[in-house]
Amino acid sequence: MAEISQNPVQKRRGLIESLDIDMRLVGMIGALVLISLAFNLATGGAYLSPRNIFNLTIQTVSVAIMATGMVFVIVTRNIDLSVGALLAICSAMMAMTQARWLPGMLGLELGSPLIAPLTVVVGLVTGTLIGAMNGWLVGYQLIPAFIVTLGGFLIWRFAGWYLTSGQTIAPLDQTFLLFGGAEGTLGETWSWILGLALSLVALWAIWSARRSKLAHDFPVKPLGAELALAGMAVAAILGFVAILNAYAIPKGKLRRLFEAQGMELPEGYSAGHGLPYSVLILILVAVVMTVIARRTRLGRYIFATGGNPDAAELSGINTRLLTVKVFALMGFLCGLSAVVASARLQSHANDIGTLDELRVIAAAVIGGTALAGGSGTIYGAILGALIMQSLASGMGMVGVDSPLQNIVVGAVLVFAVWIDIQYRKRWGKT
Amino acid sequence: MTTPLVEMRDISIAFGGVHAVDHVSVDLFPGEVVGLLGHNGAGKSTLIKILSGAYRADSGEIRINGEKAEISNPRDARAYKIETIYQTLALADNLDAASNLFLGRELVTPFGMVDDDAMEAETRKIMARLNPNFRKFNVPVSALSGGQRQSVAIARAVYFDAKILIMDEPTAALGPHETQMVAELIQQLKAQGIGIFLISHDIHDVMKLCDRASVMKNGKLVGTVNVEDVTDDDLLGMIILGKPPAGTA
Ligand SMILES: Nc1ncnc2c1ncn2[C@@H]1O[C@H](COP(=O)(O)OP(=O)(O)OP(=O)(O)O)[C@@H](O)[C@H]1O
Ligand SMILES: [Mg+2]
Repeated sequence: MAEISQNPVQKRRGLIESLDIDMRLVGMIGALVLISLAFNLATGGAYLSPRNIFNLTIQTVSVAIMATGMVFVIVTRNIDLSVGALLAICSAMMAMTQARWLPGMLGLELGSPLIAPLTVVVGLVTGTLIGAMNGWLVGYQLIPAFIVTLGGFLIWRFAGWYLTSGQTIAPLDQTFLLFGGAEGTLGETWSWILGLALSLVALWAIWSARRSKLAHDFPVKPLGAELALAGMAVAAILGFVAILNAYAIPKGKLRRLFEAQGMELPEGYSAGHGLPYSVLILILVAVVMTVIARRTRLGRYIFATGGNPDAAELSGINTRLLTVKVFALMGFLCGLSAVVASARLQSHANDIGTLDELRVIAAAVIGGTALAGGSGTIYGAILGALIMQSLASGMGMVGVDSPLQNIVVGAVLVFAVWIDIQYRKRWGKT
Repeated sequence: MTTPLVEMRDISIAFGGVHAVDHVSVDLFPGEVVGLLGHNGAGKSTLIKILSGAYRADSGEIRINGEKAEISNPRDARAYKIETIYQTLALADNLDAASNLFLGRELVTPFGMVDDDAMEAETRKIMARLNPNFRKFNVPVSALSGGQRQSVAIARAVYFDAKILIMDEPTAALGPHETQMVAELIQQLKAQGIGIFLISHDIHDVMKLCDRASVMKNGKLVGTVNVEDVTDDDLLGMIILGKPPAGTA
């Protein structure tokens, strides 16, 4: 009896292993689908409308960008509690740059094409420098990351408050606002082109990995499985583009756009939003961070240091400098998130990014990053951010009040980590 | 007489008040195996960690091929072609065998990307020589047995053409067959002119594999002897009593 009931399990495990399917990824996508279907039912189809999916996506971007950096921070056995505050100071610096300093001190005219790029550079440099300083305090001065970034949590938001004299700064530069989401999108044609390009990149990645394995006589997945996987990847990319394209730009806005060009809106003309620039930034961050994690020495050293800091040091890795790099990268991503977040809100207010440090850490952890260090994935953190935003916005739509929303998100965080622990026990994977 | 490959002269290091290594001098010639013996806590691992760049000596000097060497971190040691099998193995548990073998010296593609497949292929080759039963190439080393982990650490030390090899209890976790293979490996490496420091608690092994043996006690050097000139009991006496046997220099 025991053997009979055990066999199917073993066989299934064998099949899944030979296909090399990432069960954590499957689980997270499953959770996301379940959440979406449930809210869709509860809202009579409004939840999965192109409009809501579009909004959900642009609301996720800022936390998701930072969550990818948090993966590296946590993998190296550190933590960063200051990312929300860092986002605020970067946002404050950029608001002052574009609305006060450049027009006032350098005499650049409002609307000058130089304002947006200079502003973004100021934000990214601010984030990177503060991050590098955090890393130096942790790596070289050996102050625990928890303390350094708890200090940063208190310092940077209020440094921003002094910088802006506590004022909300608006309006921001028109070009800068394009990074916010709805204001800046690729349009239908370019979204399709980008979708196809991304599909080709995905296919090429799958194909070249397979070719390299074959060249070394390593076992590969069955061709059918590989093709199915490739098909799913392409379907996901193009499906996503199709949904974003299906969200039509409102008539009033179209008319304004045409009038700005000195033209009249043609009768019956319509256009979809397509891919927002902010989402494009997230995709780029996801790809670059994944490549860093898996295919570069930096990434290898980050994971090795998380697994065994002494072994990393004995292997000649400069783990102190590595800590500086990891925190600097985290700071850079906070600057990038600040661009997206302040452009989306179309202003800088002192409370921008409040509680983001907790959302970012939760996203990384829900995505399977272990606080003990040494393991975590970029896609996991992004999916984690998406799951949390899906829950929050779904609950908002069905009218759950915000205290209960927080309770639910908190419970989900603990539950997700419990599931992850069970998964590790069962599949023995890290 | 040829110049020694390694001379460690008058080396001292203290941790807090503990004189872990106290004015110790040892040397090593090409093609020679020198055993390091002593009770637990005698200072053997600490001494060789100074040579491998893990610690900096408080005083004393290291000469490599007769020239003064500055070894202030593990990278410097690697540059002198010193490779070490640490007692703790120093493996990153979350990475697989190949990633550990090449840690800090990854093979990269022409675009500078880490080439995991090439590293795995190389790892398979060297493991076939060291431990033919080894199959677990695609799992983190945390999933390996103690002996399998030790094989990975040994493979890492011998893969990169070491001139000076430090082995801190390399066979502590190995089965009899694998231990035999390491013994053969030591003979091969010796024949290639590599100098080896071998730390072991197995006097029998030391008598069989080593040319000379240095014995430490409480951080101090008791003495260095040619193994041909002494018996197992002489060595045991040195370890326990801390005195060189009568009649040897
Ligand atoms: N990092 C350290 N900090 C403080 N004390 C240390 C450190 N490393 C070693 N010691 C001390 O130095 C002494 C020598 O230790 P060492 O590890 O060199 O001994 P060993 O001869 O290798 O012993 P074993 O046979 O048990 O491996 C011990 O008393 C130990 O407690
Ligand atoms: Mg020791």
